Amino acid sequence: MSFDHPDAILCPGGPMLIRGNHAVEDPDGVPHGTTRPVSAVCRCLKSSSLPWCDGTHKVLPADLRPA
Amino acid sequence: MKIPRPRGALTEVLFESLLTGSDVPSAPAGTDDTDAALALWVLYELHHHGFDDVDDEREWDPDLLRLRAELERDLEDRLRERWTGPPTTGAFTATFFDWVAEQDGVSLAAHVHRDADRDQVLELLRVRSIYHLQESDPTAWVVPRLGVRSKAALMELQYDEYGNGDPNRLHHHLYALGMEASGLDASYGAYIDEAPLEILEQNNAMSLFGLHRRFRGAALGHLAAFEATSSLPSRRMMQGLERLEFPAELVDYYAEHVEADAVHEQLAVRTICGSLLEEEPQLEESLWFGAFTCLDLEDRFGRLMLDRWLSAELTAECQDVA
Repeated sequence: MSFDHPDAILCPGGPMLIRGNHAVEDPDGVPHGTTRPVSAVCRCLKSSSLPWCDGTHKVLPADLRPA
Repeated sequence: MKIPRPRGALTEVLFESLLTGSDVPSAPAGTDDTDAALALWVLYELHHHGFDDVDDEREWDPDLLRLRAELERDLEDRLRERWTGPPTTGAFTATFFDWVAEQDGVSLAAHVHRDADRDQVLELLRVRSIYHLQESDPTAWVVPRLGVRSKAALMELQYDEYGNGDPNRLHHHLYALGMEASGLDASYGAYIDEAPLEILEQNNAMSLFGLHRRFRGAALGHLAAFEATSSLPSRRMMQGLERLEFPAELVDYYAEHVEADAVHEQLAVRTICGSLLEEEPQLEESLWFGAFTCLDLEDRFGRLMLDRWLSAELTAECQDVA
């Protein structure tokens, strides 16, 4: 038996989780390398740690959160 | 670590037994709550780091295990009495973050961010060290009790907690570095004598959930609630520590938790608890029990500290501020 183990997971209202080593560009075009087995990429673009999620989506009004 | 200072009749006799091999007491009805909580914390520590002045053989002493079971029953009864029951709004993974947001516990991080003075933060660092210097260890007990999917999911998170193979990134080591740089004693359990009941209960609940297979759901629900209330408060802690000019090593501990726990909260809810519920759907109520207990114990601790530091009016202002 095998199990689903996706490389990326879209979290409703929150970040995208990515597994493995990647370079993710922030909105200024600066690449940031992943440092952990799973990373959370910000999708609301309000994080203070872009390109990484810092939980800020949770304090946004529902209509400003990512789908 | 040496056996701590006794705090009542039960720990007086228990610690004497641990040090000398004299008879193990029972916990008489009416034992003071703090006395009982410290006794249970010490009995759990026999399974973690042990004590320099207690024979390691005592870890599995049947008389000590009998006393531990008595104290655990009282703790479990107390936690269940406080529990308001599972929410009825929907499935765990779909509703968990909304449920957390609806809880109205006080925020110590908000106080540290804006108002705390240096002595208050040092006090917080000392009593928080009882857990932060063994961060994630109680959850590690759960690993062998899980099915394939939830076990792999939990290890994906735990591996990050333990530094991804790099001891310099291990979270409880980062806390120790922050304590040392702040002039505190970072040896394990150094501040147990000043830990209040609420801190002892927080730690005992995690050990209770970790050490009993029947609480594997509660342990993972507790983990989910812990992670889901860490990222934003860690940012506020960082800002407060920078305001008070605490050293970079301590700020780094919280900076790591801003980003790590933004990942971990998603993993805990979706992949860990989600997998557990697919493997063992009967554990959903237990997940909620653990999650509630985590938030409730943190609220009790937060209220204690704010009441100690502030007027009741200001404590109310810290309510519901993430």
